[in-house]
Amino acid sequence: MMEKRYMGRCASPGLALGPLVSFAPEAHTRIASGAVEIETEALREALAIARADLRKLVNRSTCETAEILGFQIALLEDDVLAEPAFLAVTEGRAAHDAWRAAMDAEIAGYESSDDEYFRARAADLRDIRDRVLANLSGSLAVADIPPGAVVAAVDLAPSRFLGIDWSQGGGLVLTAGSATSHVAMLARSRGVPAVVGLGADLSELAGPALVDAHRGVVIVDPGPAARAQFEIDARDASATRALADAAALRPAVTSDGTPIRVMLNIADPDELTGLDPAICDGIGLVRTELLFHGRHGLPDEEHQYAVYRRIAEWAKDRPVTIRTLDAGGDKPIPGLTVAGESNPFLGVRGIRLSFARPDVFRVQLRALARAAVHGDVKIMLPMVTLPRELAAARAMVDEEIASLASRDIPSRRPSLGIMVEVPAAAIAADQFDADFFSIGSNDLTQYVAAAGRDIDAVADLADAVAPAMLRLLRYVVDAARKQNIEVSLCGDAGGDPRAIPLLLASGLRTLSMAPALVGGAKLALAAVDLRLLPEPARWPR
Amino acid sequence: MSEKSLTGSALLVNDVGLHARPSVKLTQLAKRFGARIEFARDAAGPWVDAKSPVKVMRFKAAKGETLHFRANGPDAAVALAAILALIEGGFATDGEASSQHSGT
Repeated sequence: MMEKRYMGRCASPGLALGPLVSFAPEAHTRIASGAVEIETEALREALAIARADLRKLVNRSTCETAEILGFQIALLEDDVLAEPAFLAVTEGRAAHDAWRAAMDAEIAGYESSDDEYFRARAADLRDIRDRVLANLSGSLAVADIPPGAVVAAVDLAPSRFLGIDWSQGGGLVLTAGSATSHVAMLARSRGVPAVVGLGADLSELAGPALVDAHRGVVIVDPGPAARAQFEIDARDASATRALADAAALRPAVTSDGTPIRVMLNIADPDELTGLDPAICDGIGLVRTELLFHGRHGLPDEEHQYAVYRRIAEWAKDRPVTIRTLDAGGDKPIPGLTVAGESNPFLGVRGIRLSFARPDVFRVQLRALARAAVHGDVKIMLPMVTLPRELAAARAMVDEEIASLASRDIPSRRPSLGIMVEVPAAAIAADQFDADFFSIGSNDLTQYVAAAGRDIDAVADLADAVAPAMLRLLRYVVDAARKQNIEVSLCGDAGGDPRAIPLLLASGLRTLSMAPALVGGAKLALAAVDLRLLPEPARWPR
Repeated sequence: MSEKSLTGSALLVNDVGLHARPSVKLTQLAKRFGARIEFARDAAGPWVDAKSPVKVMRFKAAKGETLHFRANGPDAAVALAAILALIEGGFATDGEASSQHSGT
């Protein structure tokens, strides 16, 4: 057997070794029987299996996923859904053709709606359609995937990912897919190594495979050398993880005894599952884009409230800073963001989009004010450029709180702060009467350096701790202190052991980072003696 | 329908109209009653079965629309009251609030 190497992009880091199992729900090789009774029975059975599978999934899902599945079950339990398909079968059509045609008509009805909430549900119907088709064609059901396998697919619906038993390890390899997709996020939160965008045809992916997701490498039929290297990497990875895991629970303090507040960046409450709140002083950044992303459309107030409340309850009394929708730029959301902008990073993104779509923004503000009853929830506005934007958002928060009060719905006024990531806001930081600042070093760096973070050729210019950035950080920190405003940093630099000493030298005492980086960051902090740090960068006089 | 229907109407006040979650709530509540329950945009119809999530979703009612309901059957009065309360309450804030209607 010849070893074959494939390259893709990392969607979730980690190592896996196991048999490849191809999962192709779209492969419909079913041959119609030609008999009405047999076709009717086949469709009836495929529907029953789909209902049973979804009910099983509900039991092991988080509340938000369970709600989506509950909707799908409600539709599948309604005889009206399959009525046209059964009718077509009695007229001589094959079960799979009849079902597909009936569902495509139903889906078209959703897609033609003027209302994006309805349009977005089309994805749920496509999921139902494909699930029943897979049952009809007898293709592999997720329940048949052996534990520990490396699952290969073109793309994978979140419901199918959740249906796979990952308890024995395994990995995920997608020939399409994106690192920002819902399934990639689920893989990260479950610790399933995943590589996406693999340059391979699904039919090539068979046999034993080795996945080094961090490097984006998949090796099919690995030879002895690759296997030996894998053993070494796996040992290293587990040793490094053990060291960082032990450090994560230590207090965050520099060698001279200065306490540093370490906060978490998260994108989904699932990331908190199994995480001890004692590793952090709170959550410094909850990204809310995934809630709005893709398959299930714009989340309503109840859905958002449930998610925010769950995070607040996890954190107990620790602060939870939730950023309002930061769509646009490199994070488009169909039906919401402005398509075809010549330079989306300089366009209608973040708070600018929220003002363009106040209907969507107000739903989120209400959900946040309600969740604030259950913990120290703070609202953070992304991409603020001018003080008047903060004032406008504050007025909207006030209006939504008044509206909740008028309906006797409990709420509490969260503190309202801004991301400092637009140079204009950083340079005029003294002009903002925000409750807190959080420096978004990723965007601030790319705007200060005029070097896009998605462009490899200029990536080395976008240095979050270049002198220009450190001067700016120092200024923002000083401006915040003078006004008694809390200030923190939540970009990638916050969890980077090489950047941490320079950030502390700039005066920062609160850093927010991905949960997996907490241990390494605390080790880096412990090695810093603030008394020995170089003078902070200042503007030359 | 030959027997006399009970009728009533309610304004859709929740933000997203009768989309997925509210549709499921409405049909689940309707199914608790023996009465035939239907709704429409116009007091004269055409009427849609309030126990079918597929049909409720096809109806695509948006926020701000007034929905007319009619109910037929022995428990029609209780059913109608519960359903109007569900809609006027913006489909309640959580699960407990919707189940209290069934107790009446």
